[in-house]
Amino acid sequence: MSSVLIIAEHAAGTLNPATAKCVACASDLGAESIDVVVLADNASTVANAAAELAGVTKVLTVERAENASPLAAVLAPQIAEIASGYDYVFGPSTTFGKDITPRVAALLGVNQLSDIMAVVDARTFKRPIYAGNAITTVSVKPGYKVVGTVRAASYKAVGSQSAAPVETVGTSVELPDHTTFVDVKTGASDRPDLQTAAKVVSGGRALGSEDAFSIVFGLADKLGAAVGASRAAVDAGYVPNELQVGQTGKIIAPELYMAFGISGAIQHLTGIKDAGTIVAINRDEDAPIFEIADIGLVGDLFTVIPELEALLD
Amino acid sequence: MEKIIVGLKRVVDYNVRIRVKSDGSGVETDGVKMSINPFDEIALEEALRIKERGEANEVIVVSIGSSDSQQQLRTGLAMGADRAVLIETNSDLDPLNAARAMLAVVEKEGADIVMLGKQAIDNDNNQTGQMLAALWGRPQATFASEVSIDGDKATVTREVDAGLETIQIALPGVITVDLRLNEPRYVKLPDIMKAKKKPLDTISVDSLGVSADDAFEITHFAPPEQRNKGIMVSDVGELVNAMKDKGLV
Ligand SMILES: Cc1cc2nc3c(=O)[nH]c(=O)nc-3n(C[C@H](O)[C@H](O)[C@H](O)COP(=O)(O)OP(=O)(O)OC[C@H]3O[C@@H](n4cnc5c(N)ncnc54)[C@H](O)[C@@H]3O)c2cc1C
Ligand SMILES: Nc1ncnc2c1ncn2[C@@H]1O[C@H](COP(=O)(O)O)[C@@H](O)[C@H]1O
Repeated sequence: MSSVLIIAEHAAGTLNPATAKCVACASDLGAESIDVVVLADNASTVANAAAELAGVTKVLTVERAENASPLAAVLAPQIAEIASGYDYVFGPSTTFGKDITPRVAALLGVNQLSDIMAVVDARTFKRPIYAGNAITTVSVKPGYKVVGTVRAASYKAVGSQSAAPVETVGTSVELPDHTTFVDVKTGASDRPDLQTAAKVVSGGRALGSEDAFSIVFGLADKLGAAVGASRAAVDAGYVPNELQVGQTGKIIAPELYMAFGISGAIQHLTGIKDAGTIVAINRDEDAPIFEIADIGLVGDLFTVIPELEALLD
Repeated sequence: MEKIIVGLKRVVDYNVRIRVKSDGSGVETDGVKMSINPFDEIALEEALRIKERGEANEVIVVSIGSSDSQQQLRTGLAMGADRAVLIETNSDLDPLNAARAMLAVVEKEGADIVMLGKQAIDNDNNQTGQMLAALWGRPQATFASEVSIDGDKATVTREVDAGLETIQIALPGVITVDLRLNEPRYVKLPDIMKAKKKPLDTISVDSLGVSADDAFEITHFAPPEQRNKGIMVSDVGELVNAMKDKGLV
């Protein structure tokens, strides 16, 4: 029977929701056990949260001072050592998982399946290539460990269960000292998180300036939505990089996605293909975004948004 | 610092609309425009800027692929790289073996920085840099949006989901670049002429003892599920009603 190891992602003592999506993907494998490994300086709250994810068999914690920051070069050798006894190793397809998981795979001497979007059977998977313009079915030969990242937008988080056991494990690998964490700057806000929000309101180049972009934030607050942006809006400095949606930004699957002044470039659409309802507002009736929008309105966003807010009051 | 190695992969140009062959055997690539992977152009631009600041002496571009990849290497030389190495193979090498082949050249050359794209836009793997760093036993700084060099250290700001993370790595090491790091320069005609005289060496992938992995087999290619065009509404009132019908507001 087979066993799965999932690399937990966490920050500031909170388990990232992408971990619950990795468990969902792993649950489709028909494996005998699904373990989650938490590497941290202090793992207890995160480990307890992971233990309550439905389907988890047990949680392993590796507590070391060096694990305080998510440095791939430091974490990967520890994960690779623990992973030797497993048939599958999954990480989330977030920047954390994309950084670490290939390093683990290389230490284990195998390639990685990036962005798993479906499990066909225990050794067959679907994953997107060419910015999601082709979906491949990949089969992995028997005898190889399967290391992969899970495309979070393809999965719903698993529910909860009564807590699975948590075990502390030690690792004997020597850790490198060639990489040092300096800092992380986040535009922390009280708004819903872009990656998990049920509603997202996005703005594009059409907003024209950082100041003007506040109209998008205003509507988002009214709807209780997260804010997203096109690459053009981020490049122009209207909003910070963590708001970018698309092939090289975040791949999201909200119930409602509203795009204001976004043309609908293929790289942007890659990020919203799994959204429930896409609403597009664009001045140009020929904008490509209308080809995939569920509800489209040709109009000037600077008049549409105030009218919309008035009608929602 | 002596040398920077930059990986340039030949890929279908990002403006090309990708079509899956109707028999599901692959993606249509016949007669399609091919270019340097856009992330790799940014990697090269950064390497050139580091050299132009006097912080490195030589920039070497490396491509793993068929002899057609010489075109991309020549473009890299025209942008300003000093020389090129083609690691010739007729298979689309998987990331682990691309990393192994790259490592052989990196060790032979004694590179201080290996600058790669964060991902190749054909297979969207986002693995090769991390794997190279692992096999090399050296640091990795992925998804870079800012790089500064200070002697044998590099300080790299990385685009992560939470925002911007900064780390410091001791060189030699691997840096993979994100789109906002810089804007690559345009190649001018005289540079293209000059590039023809720059050295381009070819080595076979076999001579490096590397061959393609056969653990993964792509059994089928399919077009993505299409989203259908929905309705167009004519004013904001209709928009709100349509959203209410779906229970969205
Ligand atoms: C390798 C690569 C990766 C990329 N990754 C991403 C990615 O992750 N995410 C991403 O978004 N892009 C990405 N891009 C960029 C992408 O190709 C587009 O350039 C970008 O999405 C365009 O942003 P935009 O729609 O805001 O701007 P534009 O294409 O300029 O569109 C602006 C739109 O606003 C409309 N408009 C103007 N004024 C108004 C008004 N007053 N009211 C209403 N509508 C108005 C216009 O009609 C137009 O359709 C990537 C590109 C490359 C090459
Ligand atoms: N065949 C190749 N030739 C040159 N560089 C490559 C090759 N494959 C991958 N790379 C480098 O590794 C990066 C990441 O590729 P990938 O892991 O395939 O997404 C690319 O942006 C290139 O810089």
